[in-house]
Amino acid sequence: MMPELGKYAATVLSAYGISLGLLAWLILQSLWKSRRMKRKLDAAEARRQRNG
Amino acid sequence: MSIWEYANPKKFIATADAVLPWFSGLAVICLVGGLVWGFFFTPEDYRQGATVKIFYLHVPAAMMAINAWAMMLVTSLVWLIRRHHVSALAAKAAAPIGLTFTLIALVTGAIWGQPMWGTWWEWDPRLTSFLILFLFYLGYMALWEAIENPDTAADLTAILCLVGSVFAILSRYAVNFWNQGLHQGASLSLDKQENVADVYWYPALVCIVGFVLLFIVLVLVRTKTEIRRRRLHALEMRERMG
Repeated sequence: MMPELGKYAATVLSAYGISLGLLAWLILQSLWKSRRMKRKLDAAEARRQRNG
Repeated sequence: MSIWEYANPKKFIATADAVLPWFSGLAVICLVGGLVWGFFFTPEDYRQGATVKIFYLHVPAAMMAINAWAMMLVTSLVWLIRRHHVSALAAKAAAPIGLTFTLIALVTGAIWGQPMWGTWWEWDPRLTSFLILFLFYLGYMALWEAIENPDTAADLTAILCLVGSVFAILSRYAVNFWNQGLHQGASLSLDKQENVADVYWYPALVCIVGFVLLFIVLVLVRTKTEIRRRRLHALEMRERMG
């Protein structure tokens, strides 16, 4: 299944590895921050309603 | 129905929540489909060999690095002219995404350049303007973090964005402005000349669509986060005052 990359295997695979790693980090960090912020805001809104 | 309705944070979040599953699904299909097509099912180039496969990451990332700054420019102008907070927050949200795309373009370019040009780096007009664009992204993000008052931060970062736009344009047209350097002309353009064979062009097109959709998805997610951060900040200030 793996294509024949010949003498450029390390070049191509490192480019894909680094790029996909950076994209994965960006996506996961965006989702993690989004969830954390929503949780914090929900807690603050609930506190505000409790305290009137 | 006006576009300015989306300047309302609640309306923006509701609309983003409605479209995000569709855009996310399409982004995954295009990105995975385009990259698998390009990596596994395209032939080697007669000059570049297998390194041509780097094209599917490098070109879309470079395009989106510039387009992300263009989007930040538009939203910054909207902030400066109409004072809609959502647009300032959208610009702030787009910066880390543009930074990552610029980094991918620089890194994949260096990795490709080593075997093809015999060097990781050259102070070529396009490469240098891309490096400056990368530094502008870093500076833009640092400026947001450095200023406590969010409105002042939005004003100053919007001005920085206007200045940085010169380098975003240079990154795109450096090859045309200075007819020198290692970097070739635009691989993909709307002129009639065929710069890339169809066998490489079609998967590249799918990857480009995937990168555009990924950018939209991440901007929506991160803008929602910034809107909530702003609301949380306001609630905490009110709590402290009370």
